[in-house]
Amino acid sequence: MSTNALIALAATIIFGALVSGTPLLFATLGEILSERAGVMNLGIEGMMLVGAMGGFAVWFHTGNTFLGLLVGMIFGGLLALLHAFITVTLRADQVVSGLAVTFLGTGLSSILGAPYVGKAVPQPIPVILPLLDRIELQQLVMVLIGLVLAPAMWYYLNRTRPGLNLRSVGEYPSAADSLGINVYRTRYMYVIFGGLMSGLGGAAMSLVSDPGWVDGKTSGLGWIAVGLVIFASWDPLRGLWVSYFFGLLRRLPLDLQNPALPLISTANNPQLGRIMDMLPYLATIFILILGSREAMRKRIGAPAALGTPYNRGERGL
Amino acid sequence: MNLPWKSYCLRIETRADNPGWMGVVSSILGVILALVVGGFVLRAAGANNPIATYREIFKEGFGTLRDWQAGIYALLTNTDCPKGLLCFGPISDTLVKASPILLTGLACILAFRMKLWNIGADGQMFMGAWAATGVAIFLLPKNTDRTVMLTTMMLAGLIAGFIYGAIPGLLKAWLNINEIIITLMLNYVAYKWLEYFVVVGPWSIGNFESTGRFTPSATWPRLTEYSKSIPVLAGLTAHPGIFLGVIAAIVLAWIIYRSRWGYEIRVIGDNPKAARYAGINLARNIFLVMGISGALAGLAGMNEVAALRELTGHFQRGYGFTGVIVAWLARLNPLAAIFVAILFGGLLVGTQLIQPQGIASMLQGVILFVVVGTELLFRYRVKLEKITPSIVAPVSESSNVN
Repeated sequence: MSTNALIALAATIIFGALVSGTPLLFATLGEILSERAGVMNLGIEGMMLVGAMGGFAVWFHTGNTFLGLLVGMIFGGLLALLHAFITVTLRADQVVSGLAVTFLGTGLSSILGAPYVGKAVPQPIPVILPLLDRIELQQLVMVLIGLVLAPAMWYYLNRTRPGLNLRSVGEYPSAADSLGINVYRTRYMYVIFGGLMSGLGGAAMSLVSDPGWVDGKTSGLGWIAVGLVIFASWDPLRGLWVSYFFGLLRRLPLDLQNPALPLISTANNPQLGRIMDMLPYLATIFILILGSREAMRKRIGAPAALGTPYNRGERGL
Repeated sequence: MNLPWKSYCLRIETRADNPGWMGVVSSILGVILALVVGGFVLRAAGANNPIATYREIFKEGFGTLRDWQAGIYALLTNTDCPKGLLCFGPISDTLVKASPILLTGLACILAFRMKLWNIGADGQMFMGAWAATGVAIFLLPKNTDRTVMLTTMMLAGLIAGFIYGAIPGLLKAWLNINEIIITLMLNYVAYKWLEYFVVVGPWSIGNFESTGRFTPSATWPRLTEYSKSIPVLAGLTAHPGIFLGVIAAIVLAWIIYRSRWGYEIRVIGDNPKAARYAGINLARNIFLVMGISGALAGLAGMNEVAALRELTGHFQRGYGFTGVIVAWLARLNPLAAIFVAILFGGLLVGTQLIQPQGIASMLQGVILFVVVGTELLFRYRVKLEKITPSIVAPVSESSNVN
């Protein structure tokens, strides 16, 4: 194989990783903000699924990708609103409520999405860039949005006043409350924001990165996002590269089917493909193990109030 | 301006007592509300008459009164079930579905009692099914006695589930790694593991994505096998697996409520700090509880393959997640889980044939929401109170919500 062809192949694989990692990035960023405000949302998988289904359905009827993404976001946001009501207002257990969001989202997307299974997908608009001979415009735009969003969120979180308020609500809500920050409203806002981002991630998946709708489209990506938040130690910038790394792992079985890769190609070896499918999940476990050592060493921890409902009248955190 | 309603406010105060009837009320409320909400969703999805859909689900899952009457009559007179009636068909199918749900539900109850979120009962069940299949096909000769075969398969399922549940337990105990994520990721690993063996790998026969039919001694005896002497049993697939679940539920109830170890588990669940000061070994308990929780789920997997009589690439996912809801709806009470599991078994059987798919999952989600949401009723007392100056003045003493 010539050097040029090899470089082109590498570029294709890397771009593919960015494309398949970006929906994961959206969901991860949303969850980071929600957890920094003190609310864990295990419903990402469900919110991504309704987002993916809603986005695809709207695109199918209107042909408008942006409208589809928007509706996908709203769907995710609505489910998150429910989670916020249960956990912030009713102060119920966040873990169980999050699981309920996932069940509900899985069921709803399966019921309402039944007519759209296997329907025609959005047509790609090709762009020519150096090295990457033919990529899709939609994918390029999506990747760029993700690349801008992560640093912007880091800046918001660490360098702005509302970001400081957000973090204080997650670390020490009663102190934040005594300074005049509305803890309940802040938590509602960021839980819903997390839902909007997860919905966007889902819609980005069903419209851009991997177009089409099938039942259980996200295949556990939402759960991976929950794990990534921990590994990213609640930092949007770390979330960025971790998501891309997982994008690469998810793409790997596909890329390895390329017969141009001698030795490691899975084209003639379907058994290897199944093993490769386990990689993203095993890697999540592996990096959590690695991350726990690092967290112990550097004393990085979760937001102090993560998982505990805030009750204005009661003493405590 | 002094509007009449402005002089009242809703006060939410912490309850000192925790009346038991409230759990039952909120669970029943959860189911009813879930049915109402589910009705609206069914409407939106295009079903004309949600009530008719529910009636259909109930009929498929538990049978009609006429079925039962005819069945009991046939049983007493030792005759066949009349043509056109199902007799015990629905309840038999429901019990078949209920047995894995009950076992995964018990797995969740044990772990949740200690506030260990084992969401991986699905994966542990898959591993149990895989190990039991290995015993049935490769380890023991085909002509092994049924009791020996089934017992060995049970042991294999228990051990595989124990190991698969203990991995996240160890990670939690040693490195304090979030068990939710690990158990979830292990679910997907187990799905792929099974697919590797059964779909493309060494255990598949030809292109059928299956291990092929087990030898008869490796399968549960079904009621239909006794239809020669009791004709009404013809075609019934119910098997003794449900008893496995019931026995496990009784043992678990004894452990949780009566044994010293169960007391430790409950103390850790309620207050880990107090447990540590009391000298309870947290790490050992986390490992054991996660392992045994996994073992129960693994037993569910053995039970399922022995009922299906083969392991295929379409081995049903999701029992582990249904187990989470069963656990919660049963308020973490193993004995209540028996009834909840049968209810959910009926729900799964009833929704099997009904379009659109996903009704079961949606209803489960709504039920879980309501049960969790109404927890507020347990912990707090909601009161409508007239505002008098003495209540309004000191902010620190009143507990006005929001």
